[in-house]
Amino acid sequence: MMTQDSIDRTIDNRVSDQAAESTFKEVDDTDRAIPAIEFRNVTMIYDGRKVLNDLSFKVMKGETKIILGGSGCGKSTTIKLVLGLIKPDSGQILVEGEDITNYNENNMMKVRKKLGMIFQEGALFDSLSVYENVAFKLHEQGVPEEDVESEVRRMLRFVNLEDAIDKMPAELSGGMRRRVGIARALVGDPKIVMFDEPTAGLDPPTARTICELAMKLRDLEDVSSIFVTHEMNNLDYLTSEYAVVNEAGEVVFEKEGEKLCLINSKVLMMRNGEIIFSGTDETLRRAEDPYIHKFLRGH
Amino acid sequence: MNFIARFLFELQEMSLLAGRSARGIFKKPHYVPESIAQMDYIGVGSLTIIILTGFFTGGVLTLQTYQTLESYGAVDQLGYLVSISLVRELGPVLSALMVTGRVVSAISAELGSMVVSEQIDAMRALGTDPIRKLVAPRILALLVTLPLLTMISDVMGIVGGWAVSTFLYGLPSQMFLNSVRDGITTDDLIGGIIKPLFFAFLMGTIACHKGLKTEGGTVGVGRSTTSAVVMASIIVIIADFILARALQLILGTQT
Repeated sequence: MMTQDSIDRTIDNRVSDQAAESTFKEVDDTDRAIPAIEFRNVTMIYDGRKVLNDLSFKVMKGETKIILGGSGCGKSTTIKLVLGLIKPDSGQILVEGEDITNYNENNMMKVRKKLGMIFQEGALFDSLSVYENVAFKLHEQGVPEEDVESEVRRMLRFVNLEDAIDKMPAELSGGMRRRVGIARALVGDPKIVMFDEPTAGLDPPTARTICELAMKLRDLEDVSSIFVTHEMNNLDYLTSEYAVVNEAGEVVFEKEGEKLCLINSKVLMMRNGEIIFSGTDETLRRAEDPYIHKFLRGH
Repeated sequence: MNFIARFLFELQEMSLLAGRSARGIFKKPHYVPESIAQMDYIGVGSLTIIILTGFFTGGVLTLQTYQTLESYGAVDQLGYLVSISLVRELGPVLSALMVTGRVVSAISAELGSMVVSEQIDAMRALGTDPIRKLVAPRILALLVTLPLLTMISDVMGIVGGWAVSTFLYGLPSQMFLNSVRDGITTDDLIGGIIKPLFFAFLMGTIACHKGLKTEGGTVGVGRSTTSAVVMASIIVIIADFILARALQLILGTQT
């Protein structure tokens, strides 16, 4: 008889395999069985209040975990914990099987090189140009300037902002700042990327563009990600469409249906620091919980 | 947390920051361009206020003491009095206070803004230690430039004193300059350089600590900037007293 954990793992493996197939990449199955991110009974207390309460979940390789929830429910805290920007009071956090819970700042610096983080407002360095922002990591690593430039241009092309290479952050619109933030986070091709409400306050077409970038990473680059949001259209895009390269070599987005059923995106819903739902978007929409019902429909 | 516990906690955090930034100055990676840019901003940028402050402090010192010295028939000691006052006390303290007003506030506000706009978190997320990248170059720049600024302030103060004594009171230039030369000792000069080094380290640590601990959005930036300037100013005055006494004991002078 299978335990719940082994069922989860079997499903997660299947998810990972599907994600891998979609990218036409050869992968090592044993390696893919290790979750990209794992939280084990993580609790965090701030000012005497439990910000996170016994949080446990896994993000498998190639999977996008969409974390939904209202403001102040602990979504952003969760991804800051993965980066080691803050430390939990109890529990364990594992990144690619490595327990990072008690890592000091020096050890975390090495782990962070594997991770990419997209901040809510972009968090671009105001005193640096778009080029210098995107090149920041490479400059820090002492990469030769000609290699830096080609990598920066490649990343800016990915977010469709090559024309803005010489601009300063103050000259960019909100959406452009987020996209530069994405380009900067993707330098070095991290296999785990975290999005902290990347579409908050953006107009619908720009929000759609950001979601498309997340889908491209998931479906074409085999990137594992946590996508924190409270906007339902983000959930709709990420759970119902996938990116493929057509015969002309262009990236197109197709609706899931008879041709392909999207199973590399899962939803986690949080409330007051606790997980109140974990599963697929279909089961989320069928959930009976009044809070989830209200969250999805707005009334 | 009561006041004493909060004070001790802050002192501990500041000491840790000072230790980590000191390590950052000596260990790789060295942020040379950042350090030079900060030296330019702190040193070259503060020159005007240091020159003006030094010149007019020396001038007013002469203005206030000339008549007293004249009544004792000790006008020939005017240069000695002005230069000793400047080199031992007024130069280091006034320079430190002027730089506190201009630089400590700027550092604290800049780092505070970076904290509230998540730029510090972004830097850490990109695998760069903000203490090495931001704090160490600023403290290093203060350590290099504040003693130089103090020396410039001392010289300008003596020039100000000479100008007032010569052009306002008609004292022979040679008399003023001779008493300056005879009055200042090597120990005075050493003391005048050691003090700004300590001040620079304390000011830099306070500015960076307050900036990096900013909480509460843009209101918090204002709060941390004010707090950094107030704390740095008070600490400079207190440290000046402690250093003056320590130098008296070490150098065996009245420095």
